[in-house]
Amino acid sequence: MNLADLTRRLAEWLKGTGPLSNVVVSSRVRLARNLAGMPFLSRCSSSQQREIAEQLRGMLVKTPLPGEMLYVDVENADPLDRLILVERHLISRQHADATGPRGVAVAGGESVAVMVNEEDHLRVQVLRGGLQLDSCYSEIRRLDELLEERLSFAFSSRFGYLTACPTNVGTALRVSVMLHLPALKMTGQIEKALRAARDMHLAVRGLYGEGTEAVGDLFQVSNQATLGKAEEQIVHEFKEQIVPGIIEYERRAREALLKNRRVALADKVHRALATLSAARLISSEETMYLLSHVRLGLSLGIADGVSAETINELSLLAQPGHLQVLHDKPGMAPAERGEARANLVRRKLGSLKPEAE
Amino acid sequence: MKFKCENCDREATVHLTEIADGQKVERHLCEECAAAEGITIKAQLPISQLLEELVLQSAAGKELSELRCDVCGITFLEFRQNGLLGCPNDYQAFEDVLVPLLERAHEGATVHAGKVPSNAADKERRQNELLQLRGQLKEAVAGEDYELAARIRDRIKDLEGL
Repeated sequence: MNLADLTRRLAEWLKGTGPLSNVVVSSRVRLARNLAGMPFLSRCSSSQQREIAEQLRGMLVKTPLPGEMLYVDVENADPLDRLILVERHLISRQHADATGPRGVAVAGGESVAVMVNEEDHLRVQVLRGGLQLDSCYSEIRRLDELLEERLSFAFSSRFGYLTACPTNVGTALRVSVMLHLPALKMTGQIEKALRAARDMHLAVRGLYGEGTEAVGDLFQVSNQATLGKAEEQIVHEFKEQIVPGIIEYERRAREALLKNRRVALADKVHRALATLSAARLISSEETMYLLSHVRLGLSLGIADGVSAETINELSLLAQPGHLQVLHDKPGMAPAERGEARANLVRRKLGSLKPEAE
Repeated sequence: MKFKCENCDREATVHLTEIADGQKVERHLCEECAAAEGITIKAQLPISQLLEELVLQSAAGKELSELRCDVCGITFLEFRQNGLLGCPNDYQAFEDVLVPLLERAHEGATVHAGKVPSNAADKERRQNELLQLRGQLKEAVAGEDYELAARIRDRIKDLEGL
């Protein structure tokens, strides 16, 4: 398996089938770990960083991770491959843009990704579609134990697992969900909802993590505190007390839209579909914006003929990196991408017959 | 060309093109107003801000600047600059300053209550020794004392193999 293979298949979590997937696009759990007896990355010499990268790579390829495993040497990968990994949520932007020996192991149909030498020596993530935090956590716990049989991690009985940034110390566990909140956005309640989330000590981020925009009404919500609670408690509180509240907020906003602005809503949804099915030039921002309306229409039964899987697939394939790989044209100019993207969207939505291309 | 935020008088830093009812609308907003509309998302409580508040609160700002970890050599000021610690020992070296920061970042908690690795106590001892050995190794190599370096390397190998 290589990187090009990844772009030809759909990650497990993008199938659009998980529980409550009409609001919760995906669930993600990640752990940070550092090797005992080694400085954190900012104080590593370049030879130490290389030593860590090689040791962890050697260990990861021998560890029975689920499914087929692919290890990518991010340091030597070309920029387009790094972009593909970012767009698929397998590495962070920071990891793509950093320097020095580093990598990522991808396994389990992209449900597992282990970044080597990001901010910490190891960042393990498990990603699934819909609301599946329990199964994400039990998988990451299993992986953590597999790794712990092979490695010794920096740990103190007082502060727990020691991380480069003190905001991750303790369990070093970050639990997050990607939420689609179009109705809250349309009804102008989004900031109120996000403020409430922050009051509950949550972090809110955009589609591609820290400092990114909330493209396509997609918001990533995660826990802030990693110290002072057991892992199970963190997962439980997040899943039982926090996520349902936000889902309920969005659900009520959708109902209100249906009740009070039904025609205006249907107009928005069908115009979005019509534009996507007819455009000859389209930017990724506009694609994401319109797909958000179609996704909302689908979940409310206003639109049909498109599957959640197709919408997820398009949100990914319409990104600049994927488009270039799909057309085997690295360095494709933005204008050219606009045309290629519009063709792709029309083909996937069935308004472009293969022979018409 | 500079724009003023359309909602207030601040400088607009967020520029976007929206499509509303088939019409293209260009919008220019400042960071505050964009966040208020849910267009951009403000990162909250970044570590740098936490650190800044901490130093402002602390009357002993001067003394803080002299803090330094013996193992990795990072100073508290360097930590303050980029928000990242240098090695596991920093949690001990900077403990007095870190605890109030942890309290702020973790809803008041300062003690771990989660999973403990098997044979944790043993590991803790071993990892501190490893850290020190690696520091000595660096010095030995810098001082071109390769015999000492080789001995330290053997000891590191032994400890890692445990």
